[in-house]
Amino acid sequence: MRVLSGFRRSHTQGRISGTLILGVSILLVIVLCSVIGPFFVNPHNAHVGAVQPRRPPSAQFLLGTDSQGRDMLTLLIYGTPNTMKMGLIAGFIGVGLGLFFGLLAGSFGGIVDAMIRILADALLTLPAIAILVIIAGNVGHMTTNIMALVVASLSWMFTTRTIRAQVLTIRERSYVEVARVNGESAFEILFKEITPNLLPFIVASFVGTVGSAILAVIGLEALGLGALEETTLGNTIYWSQQSAAVLRGYWWWWGPPIVVIALIFLGLFLTSIGFDRFANPKLIRRT
Amino acid sequence: MTVSAQPIPAAGFAVAAPILVVQALSVHYDTTSGPAKAVNDVSFSLRPGERLGLIGESGSGKTTVATALMRLTRAPGRIVAGSIKLDGREILKMTPRELRETRLREIALIPQGAMSSLNPVMRLEDQIVDAISARMHRMSRTDLKQRVAELLRNVGLDPAVARRYPHELSGGMKQRAVMAIATSLSPKLIVADEPTSALDVVVQRQVMQTLGKLQGGLGAAVILIGHDLGLIAQFADTVGVMYAGKIVESGPVRQMIEAPRHPYTKLLVESLPRIDTKQALIGIPGLPPRLVDMPPGCSFAPRCPYAFDRCKRETTALQAIAPGQRVACHLYPGRTALPPRPPSDTMFKDVAP
Amino acid sequence: MSPLIELQSTAKTYGSLTALDDITLSLSEDAPSMTAIAGESGSGKTTLARIMLGFIPPSRGRVLYRGKDVVKMTAAERRQFRREVQPVFQDPFDVFNPFYRIDHVLTTPVRRYGLARSDTQARKLIGEALSRVGLRPQDTLGRFPHELSGGQRQRIMVARAVLLKPRLIVADEPVSMVDASLRATILDELRTLNRELDISIAYITHDLTTAFQICDNIMILYRGAVAEAGSVERVIGDPKHPYSRLLVSSIPVPDLSKPWGGEEVHNAEPPGSMPGSGCLFAPRCPHATEICWKERPSKFLPDRHRLAACFLYRDTPVLNEPNIATVFRQR
Repeated sequence: MRVLSGFRRSHTQGRISGTLILGVSILLVIVLCSVIGPFFVNPHNAHVGAVQPRRPPSAQFLLGTDSQGRDMLTLLIYGTPNTMKMGLIAGFIGVGLGLFFGLLAGSFGGIVDAMIRILADALLTLPAIAILVIIAGNVGHMTTNIMALVVASLSWMFTTRTIRAQVLTIRERSYVEVARVNGESAFEILFKEITPNLLPFIVASFVGTVGSAILAVIGLEALGLGALEETTLGNTIYWSQQSAAVLRGYWWWWGPPIVVIALIFLGLFLTSIGFDRFANPKLIRRT
Repeated sequence: MTVSAQPIPAAGFAVAAPILVVQALSVHYDTTSGPAKAVNDVSFSLRPGERLGLIGESGSGKTTVATALMRLTRAPGRIVAGSIKLDGREILKMTPRELRETRLREIALIPQGAMSSLNPVMRLEDQIVDAISARMHRMSRTDLKQRVAELLRNVGLDPAVARRYPHELSGGMKQRAVMAIATSLSPKLIVADEPTSALDVVVQRQVMQTLGKLQGGLGAAVILIGHDLGLIAQFADTVGVMYAGKIVESGPVRQMIEAPRHPYTKLLVESLPRIDTKQALIGIPGLPPRLVDMPPGCSFAPRCPYAFDRCKRETTALQAIAPGQRVACHLYPGRTALPPRPPSDTMFKDVAP
Repeated sequence: MSPLIELQSTAKTYGSLTALDDITLSLSEDAPSMTAIAGESGSGKTTLARIMLGFIPPSRGRVLYRGKDVVKMTAAERRQFRREVQPVFQDPFDVFNPFYRIDHVLTTPVRRYGLARSDTQARKLIGEALSRVGLRPQDTLGRFPHELSGGQRQRIMVARAVLLKPRLIVADEPVSMVDASLRATILDELRTLNRELDISIAYITHDLTTAFQICDNIMILYRGAVAEAGSVERVIGDPKHPYSRLLVSSIPVPDLSKPWGGEEVHNAEPPGSMPGSGCLFAPRCPHATEICWKERPSKFLPDRHRLAACFLYRDTPVLNEPNIATVFRQR
C-alpha cells in the first residue's frame, strides 16, 4: 500500500519521531475510548440520582459515584468527547479566522493590515477569561455549541499574528520571485507558494488553539458558567467543587477528570513538537 | 612540509621541530545510513611561522579538520582516530581544563562567519577584555586598556574603535576585530577558516595583509582554509589539497600551481579563470562522492581523466615523492610529473597512461 | 540598432540613500552580447538588475522594453516582458519552494505561458532544457531541492530561464555560491546560450575575472555611479579609473610572478558619509585633486571603447550622448 510504504519511508528518514507517534497515540486512545466506551456503559448512569451516591471505586462502579448518584466512569466516557468537541470547534473556527485574517493582512498590507493588526493586538491585551465570563454569564441558555462559539471568538488573534508574520517573511523569499517570473498570478502565489509553507504553522496554531480553548472551556465550566445540563469534564469538576469533594475525600470524583485533561494536553503537546520535524524535510539530517 | 636536504618520511615531518603534527586524523559524522568519513586518515605537520593553505571544495573535509584541531567537533561528528600534537603535547588526550588553556593561548581559531560571532550588545573593548582577562592574571584597568589599544593597532584599527558596537563597524573592520580577539594571547598557531568569504575584494586584500602582519609579529604558524586557489596562492607557503576527506596532494605553493601532480589539483588549476587572456572555461565534470559507504579505490577515480584499472580497486595513500611534496595517486611513484592527458574515451584502461 | 532594453536616466533612491544615480544604458537587440555589471557591495549593481527585471520601479527616469515604458505597459505587454526578461538568482537554495519537487519550477512556466500543447510535448521541452545545461532528466526530475547539490540547483534555474526562450537573461551573481569546479561549467553554459541562442546576458558580479572571461563589455559601478565602462579587454586589461585599478590589483591571481598589489591598502572601505558634491571616489582616491572634491566628473573617453568618469582624463573627449553602451564593442 502506498500509504504504508510512504509511512515507512518517512519513518526511516527520521521525519516521524517517537514524540509525534506518542502524542498522536495518546490522542487516538482517548478518542477510541470515547467511541467504544458507550458500548460498555449505560448513558442513564450519567444523570442525577441514577445510582447509589458516594460510592468509592468497586467492581460495580469502576470509578465510583459522585454525591448526586452519577457513575464516574459514564461521566468520563460521555464527558470527554463533549469537552474535546468544544475544543475542536473552537480550534477550527479560531484557526480558520486566524488564517483568513493573517493572509489578508500579510498579503495586502497597508490599511487592511493596519486595521487587522490593531484589532488583534487590542483583543490580545484584554483578559480573555474576564470577557468570556461576562459573555457566558449573559447567555440565556448555555449549550456546549454556544460555549464553543464564545471561546472561538477570542481564539483567532494569535494565529493571525503568526500567519501574518510568516506571510510577510515568505513573500520576500526568492522562490516567490521565481514564481512571479514563471507567470503565476498573485492568487496563485498566495495559495500555491505561500500557503503550503504555512502548514506547519497552521497545525501548530491549531494544536495550541484547541489546547487553550479546552482550558478556557474548563475554566468557565468550573465557575459554573458552562452548559450545566450537559456532561462535560469541566462540569464534573464544578459539581465536585460544589459538593466539597476534596474536603470530603471523594478523590475518585475530582481525580479522574483531571487525569484525563492532563492526558489530552500531553497528547496535544507531544503532537505539536513532533509535527514540526515531520512538516519540515529540511530539518532531517542529510546523509 | 618544507624543503629540506634529507629525504622526508611519508608522514611529512620537517627537520626543525614542528609546531603542529597531525597524524592519521579521522573524523566521522554519524548519519542514518552509517558513518560519513568527513576526514579520513589525514596527516600533515607545520613548522613555526609556516603558512599552510588547505584548499578543497564543499564536502572535502577542510572545515572539519579545522574544528578537530581544537577538539571543537560537535555531534554528530566525532574524532575516531589519530593524533594531534601541538608543540609536542597531545591535544586528543588533554583534560577539559588543559584544553581550555590551550585554546586561545596556543591555538586561535577564526571560524567561518566570525564577523557575526561578535556579541552585538557589547562594546568591542569589553569583548576583547573578556577574552584576555579570562585567561591571564589580573591586569590593572590601565594595562588592559593599553593592551586593547595595542591589539587594535596591530590589526590596523584605530584604538578609538574600541568603544564602538559591532553593528557600527563594517565587515572588514569586524573581521579584523575578530582577528584581534583571536590573537590577543599571542597564540602559536592561527587557524583561519574562510576569513574573507563575505568580503569585497579590496577589503579582502587588506584583511589578508593584516593577517600576514599579525602572524609575522607573533611568529605564529597559520592554517588558511579556503576554496579560492588564487587567494591561497598569494598567502600561503605550502598548500594541501583536500578531496573527499583526504589530502590528495601537498607541497610548496609554487610547485602546486606551476606543476601540479595530482589530477584533481591539475584540473582545479586549469579551471581557474584567468585575467590576462580569454580561454575556454573548463570545469571538472561529475560530482564529489558521498562520504558514506565509499566504494573501494581512489575517491577521485570516477572524475579522473587519467584513471586506469588500479584506481578502481585500490585506495590511494599519501606518499612523499620529493622533499616536502606528497601526492596520493596511483600514477606515482615512478614519474615526476603528470603525463599528457589521455583522450577521454580511454578511461579505466588496464595500465597507467 | 533597435534597442532591446533601455534605461533612460534611471535612478533609485531610498530616502537619503542614493542606490543608483542617473544611469543611461541601452542594450541592442540586433547583436546580443554579454554585458557585465560589476562592483562591490553598495555599488548599486543589484538595484540595477532588479530595475532591469521590472521588480522595482526607478525613482527617476524610465525603463523601456522594446520601446515601451515598463511602468505603463498593458497587461499583455507586461506578460511578454515578464517572459522575455528572465533572472538567474544568486542563491541556489532559496529559489526553490521547499514544499515542491524541482519539477514545479519547470512545469509552471510551461503551463502559464502555454509553451506546450500536450503533456508529452511539455516533458520533451523540459527534458531538452535540462540536457542543454548538462543535467539528466532522470536524475533530477522528481527530486526535492534538498536532495540536489547547489551546482545542480543553479543549473536547473538556468534551464528554467532557457525554457522560456527569453531575449535577455539577467544573472545576478549566478555562481558565487557554487563550488569552484562547477563555476566554469555554468558560466560556459551562459556563454553558449548567448552564442547559440542569441540571448543577451547581463552578468552582475563582483568577480572581475569571470566577467573578463565570458563577457564582451563591462561597466564598473561605484556607489551607484559608473566609474568605468567599455570592452572587457580595455577596462580589465588596462584599467584607467583609479577605482578600477584598485579593484583589478586586489584580485588574488594564482600566479606567483604577479604578487598581490604590493602596497598597503589604505581606506579599503568607503567612508560612512559621502561628499555632497564632487567625485564619489575622492575620499579613497590617491590622485584626488581640488576639482575632484567640487564637481562630478563627466564621462571622458581615453580610448574609443572605454569611458572613465575621472578628471585624470579631462583632456580627452567627453561622451556626448548619455548611453553608456556607446563605448561597448559589438560582437
